[in-house]
Amino acid sequence: MASIAQPQVMAQPITKPATGLWSWLTTVDHKRIGIMYGVTAFLFLLLGGVEALIIRTQLARPNLDVVSAARYNELFTMHGTTMIFLALMPMSVAFFNYVMPLQIGARDVAFPRLNAYSYWIFLGGGIILNLSWFFHAAPNAGWYGYAPLTSTSWNPGRNVDFWLIGLQVLGVASMLAAFNMIVTVINMRAPGMTMMRMPIFSWTTLIVSILLVMAFPAITAALILLAFDRYAGTGFYEYAAGGDPLLWQHLFWVFGHPEVYILVLPAFGIVSEIIPVFSRKPLFGYSVMVYATCAIAFLGFGVWAHHMFTVGMGPTANAVFAGSTMLIAIPTGVKIFNWLGTMVKGSLRFTTAMLFAVGLVSQFVIGGLSGVMHASPPVDSQQNDTYFIIAHFHYVLFGGTVFGLMAGTYFWFPKITGRLLDERLGKWNFWMAFVGFNATFFPMHFVGLAGMPRRYFTYSEDSGWGPWNLFITIGAFVLATSFLVFIINVVKTLRNGEVASDDPWDAATIEWATSSPPPVYNFASIPEITHRDQLWWDKYGDHGAGSGVERKAPAPKEQVDPSSIHLPNPSYFPLVSAFGFFILALGMLIDNPVLTIGLLHLPILVPIGGLIMVVAIYAWAFEPAG
Amino acid sequence: MAQAVATLETAHGGGESHIGGADHSGHPPTSTGLDSRKIAMWAFLASDCMFFGSLIAMYMIYRGEAERLYQAGQGIGPLPHEILDIPYTSISAFVLLMSSLTMVLALASIQKGNVRGLRIWLGATALLGAVFLGGQFFEFTEFKHEGLGLTTNIFGSSFFTLTGFHGAHVTIGVIWLMSLLIMSLRGGVRKDQALNVEIAGLYWHFVDIVWIVIFTLVYLIPYDEISTITHEAEGALRQIGLG
Repeated sequence: MASIAQPQVMAQPITKPATGLWSWLTTVDHKRIGIMYGVTAFLFLLLGGVEALIIRTQLARPNLDVVSAARYNELFTMHGTTMIFLALMPMSVAFFNYVMPLQIGARDVAFPRLNAYSYWIFLGGGIILNLSWFFHAAPNAGWYGYAPLTSTSWNPGRNVDFWLIGLQVLGVASMLAAFNMIVTVINMRAPGMTMMRMPIFSWTTLIVSILLVMAFPAITAALILLAFDRYAGTGFYEYAAGGDPLLWQHLFWVFGHPEVYILVLPAFGIVSEIIPVFSRKPLFGYSVMVYATCAIAFLGFGVWAHHMFTVGMGPTANAVFAGSTMLIAIPTGVKIFNWLGTMVKGSLRFTTAMLFAVGLVSQFVIGGLSGVMHASPPVDSQQNDTYFIIAHFHYVLFGGTVFGLMAGTYFWFPKITGRLLDERLGKWNFWMAFVGFNATFFPMHFVGLAGMPRRYFTYSEDSGWGPWNLFITIGAFVLATSFLVFIINVVKTLRNGEVASDDPWDAATIEWATSSPPPVYNFASIPEITHRDQLWWDKYGDHGAGSGVERKAPAPKEQVDPSSIHLPNPSYFPLVSAFGFFILALGMLIDNPVLTIGLLHLPILVPIGGLIMVVAIYAWAFEPAG
Repeated sequence: MAQAVATLETAHGGGESHIGGADHSGHPPTSTGLDSRKIAMWAFLASDCMFFGSLIAMYMIYRGEAERLYQAGQGIGPLPHEILDIPYTSISAFVLLMSSLTMVLALASIQKGNVRGLRIWLGATALLGAVFLGGQFFEFTEFKHEGLGLTTNIFGSSFFTLTGFHGAHVTIGVIWLMSLLIMSLRGGVRKDQALNVEIAGLYWHFVDIVWIVIFTLVYLIPYDEISTITHEAEGALRQIGLG
């Protein structure tokens, strides 16, 4: 295999990164795209958080009318949709983008312009979903969009259309990003970086991207059928027309359950990087961790109907899906014990990143255990559609995913910005989040088992659920405040935070071998990989990270003149094409003149947007890539 | 469809940059030695398998449903056995299968540096694809005349959706092949760019294979047999206390 770092004859000086708005709009640099994903996703997270706070305010006392029942439906639908598709997934993609190419020693992802395209399409999809508020048509059928709640007879407005078109657009963005990540991990690794020497987070990136590529088509197909039902008058989900509402549930959960692992595995990958660094021990059972991740992803496709135990599938189907669901607890448990095994006898440093990582391990276990409970169909029949389920999946998606993403943010922030987040504020951030999170979601187990149903906009005085609900609402505001602390920390750090060295945590993987922040070309010369935890080996050799005994510094590699490194050209075609896609999607949603071609009746914006999209793709294909 | 359109860019001349040590001959140094665009195409085909898998699952769930409703006096025709023309569709299926052969010949030509052969066989592949599409267009209009539309009954909805999305894939394939042909006529596809043809070929063969499945499940297997099999299976399950 040839070295990737061969100096180029055709070269342009790229030592100084370009600045200014245009440079961001046309960037194809994976690091900038990662930052854009992260910032956008965080803004959407705040939006989803505000929606959650309104929900909690409405539920603080019995019989409140802070919002109407109809508005409440919109709020919980948009809260779920926003958090899943616009906050957590893109935040994971932000880390894929920023960290993975650095970890595997690549100069960029395999298809840099496609990467920019994914981001711009994602942004368009997020805007479309939230434009619905301004058209008084916010989606209102739940993030799961069950038929017949989504049928035109029950939901004649544009609400469901905004939801289904928005998700379709976001799906395209996710799949394109996933193709890119898969190819990058498989094909762009530095010399010597075999698959089993690859950092766990990069492994997770690969597995999650494969999940995305295999799971999203199911919801794409399901949404197409829904679009036909709503726009063309077919009856795929209409019982009276010979259709079956349950088909939606099957297709949705064939996507929806792997989606759970799409949301949580990136966080698992992040803490698998953080715990070894702050225990000063290599990850316990690296290969088993890889196999466990693969097993979770594989089994994740065989458990979807555990979301449907109460629809009456019959004892055979229920038993099979209960069994396969319980099976997933095994590889998940393996991961938990691997993290614990890494910490055992390690010299632990409880930085904020480590606190959030250990927070994930402890909180995810609670969500995992309640998950094993309703893997049993009779138990699920009791818990289905109650607050117990809400408690369960928030322990998984907040206690798991959000804690993991926060850990990753504190861990990689110095690499990304060159400044260390404040540790004192960080600890305030963590403990407020930890306390607020548990105050919010732990009591939901109790009210859930007491029978409080989810998705109801209020409850009666004599239900007895009032005190706990007030407690939960207070907890939610504490949790929200913890994010305020985080924002203050970020602003303060960017202004005058402590300047970070290249390797402030004495970390194990090669993204810490380059400068903080890394140069546009990532590495002046691509590192040769000889070991797992390459950077530790470079620093400590056979002594191991825990020894503190530094080995003789290896002879410095011949540095490549940075101005000779050839990088892809910036391009505005991804943005233009994504804009065309946005117009096309918008044409399906807002009133605009209808164009008739033969049997086809198309709103005029659809062909216009489509034309912009396709022409830009052709222009891009023939543009010199650099 | 947008996904398929977007993958076009990975296959056209120039394609994406090969970062770092690209030597501009189409053979960048990669970890696997394979071209990145080829791996991306395989990943796309995997996901397209799941897409068609979902649509085919939908078709199989609703297969025979229109007959059942009709026999119960609630449905309206036309029904599959009244309207599907197996000999006619067999011919167009044969045409599409032959286009895979011409696609192979196109790739073989350019790999040997035979630019003229590439043009002939690319043109032939695109033409056969277009004949298949013409056949499908004629079939759809014919069904429309006989009273079967997208919203007539569940058979119409599932039939037009499944075969229509396959047709959309073929359409994108034909446009892709035509683009390659035009590039070649402008002198753009040389021997060392055979990969551009190979990737288009992967897509084209995939679309062909999907048609074999659709043709079998939609056209060839008689509709009454399926319902008999289902009935027997249900009876057997009931006997062992399930279902």
